[in-house]
Amino acid sequence: MSGAEQVAAWRARIPGAFGGTRRGRVLAWLGWAAFLAWLGWALWHFGFAPERLWNGLTGLATILRLMIPPSPGELWVDILQGLAESVAMAFLGTFIAALVALPLGFLGAGNVVTNTLFRFSLRRVFDGFRGVDQLIWALAFVRAVGLGPLAGVLAIATADVAVLAKLNAEAIENAERRQVEGITAAGGGFLARLRFGLLPQVLPVMLAQALYFFESNTRSAAILGVVGAGGIGLQISERIRVRHWDEVAFIILLMVATVAAIDWVSARLRRRLIGGA
Amino acid sequence: METEGSLAFWMYRLDSWAWLLFETANMAALATLMGAGAALLLAFPAARNLGAGRVVNPAVRRLLEAMRTVPEIVFALIFVWAFGVGPLAGVLAIALHTAGACGKLFAESIENTGLGAWAGVRSAGGSWMQACRFAILPQVAPSLLSYALLRFEINLRSASVIGFVGAGGIGEELYKVISFNYYEEISAILLLIILAVCAIDLLSERLRHRVIGAMQ
Repeated sequence: MSGAEQVAAWRARIPGAFGGTRRGRVLAWLGWAAFLAWLGWALWHFGFAPERLWNGLTGLATILRLMIPPSPGELWVDILQGLAESVAMAFLGTFIAALVALPLGFLGAGNVVTNTLFRFSLRRVFDGFRGVDQLIWALAFVRAVGLGPLAGVLAIATADVAVLAKLNAEAIENAERRQVEGITAAGGGFLARLRFGLLPQVLPVMLAQALYFFESNTRSAAILGVVGAGGIGLQISERIRVRHWDEVAFIILLMVATVAAIDWVSARLRRRLIGGA
Repeated sequence: METEGSLAFWMYRLDSWAWLLFETANMAALATLMGAGAALLLAFPAARNLGAGRVVNPAVRRLLEAMRTVPEIVFALIFVWAFGVGPLAGVLAIALHTAGACGKLFAESIENTGLGAWAGVRSAGGSWMQACRFAILPQVAPSLLSYALLRFEINLRSASVIGFVGAGGIGEELYKVISFNYYEEISAILLLIILAVCAIDLLSERLRHRVIGAMQ
């Protein structure tokens, strides 16, 4: 067999070793062309013109220059109050959500509720709630209950109930059956099974999740004020509107510090909870 | 003809809303692409195991931290001043936040790779950049891609609300109908957003499983 014949034979046996097929190459080229066309269209459509970008960047540089040094301004009491309000909103919202999500979690768990249709539709409802962002809830509640922290608390609670309930349901489904069977064998009813068979197993997990949500909610509570739902977000959007950039920088730094502090505390608490479980 | 209460009445502006949703999804996609691209460049100096220098490494890490701790909405509020009202400000704000969030995840997955290939390229005379490109990138590419896809899902949600501060997308329309108390329109837009988010979640989950499957 000559060299060329040998190559042809091997090519027939393992085509993959000889580089992509012509069809594959053409498809890859078409894919890249489509991607570049989309990228070009998107950049053009959203107005990524060099001139506009340059103007924006110079504007941004001016803003950054005005941000230094950060200063609390005249109304630093308001800023601290807003910050405290944000943390309180996050705490209350998470607390309410965790409270409501506890029974919902049991309803959504496959080893508690055996009706598949009911469980399936409940899970889809949870998914639907998750698709709506917290800010949308905040805006809706501002229209419903008026400006202020109450709207923020309700928004945080509503947005988190569904996610927490889903996580709780998963934790309950992963719980061990033996304790539940033991309660049944000892003559315990349905509620006794839930209370003494399942709850002690899943409570630390649920608490850890609630803490985790509290952490993430301190971040989101800080921005709910942008739509009027109370907290530090209101202060920051007001100051951006009147272009007091040094105060904006001060508030951002304060927000970052608060979030870091709460993360630290909550991470320690969570480790202790999970470790003790 | 009596149309009140019908589906056609409820969704009477479906065409413009569908276009806005499409625009929102494109904003999220473009922002994810830009943010993940920047994160890819920053992740190599930010990874602790590649020896990027005692000044560069902490500096890049702090930069990424700053980018991800400030919420997108705050970036958007500032960018609306600098770049003007419109989707440009929104895309840049989401991209900046994405770069910070993805950069951390990317750097972590680089830190978890074996350094055998790295040592091989370096000892064959490859530069630092070449070692990043040919030793590290092929190992981490699938996990980076799956993180970026996950981020795309998150960014779609943020892009749907970033219009509240005037940064483009369907959020502007939603803000308008909520402040005018047009209840039917609010529910219609919310339904469309939920459907779009669910559809993209499903699609991206499939893709991610495929990417992770290719990794193993």
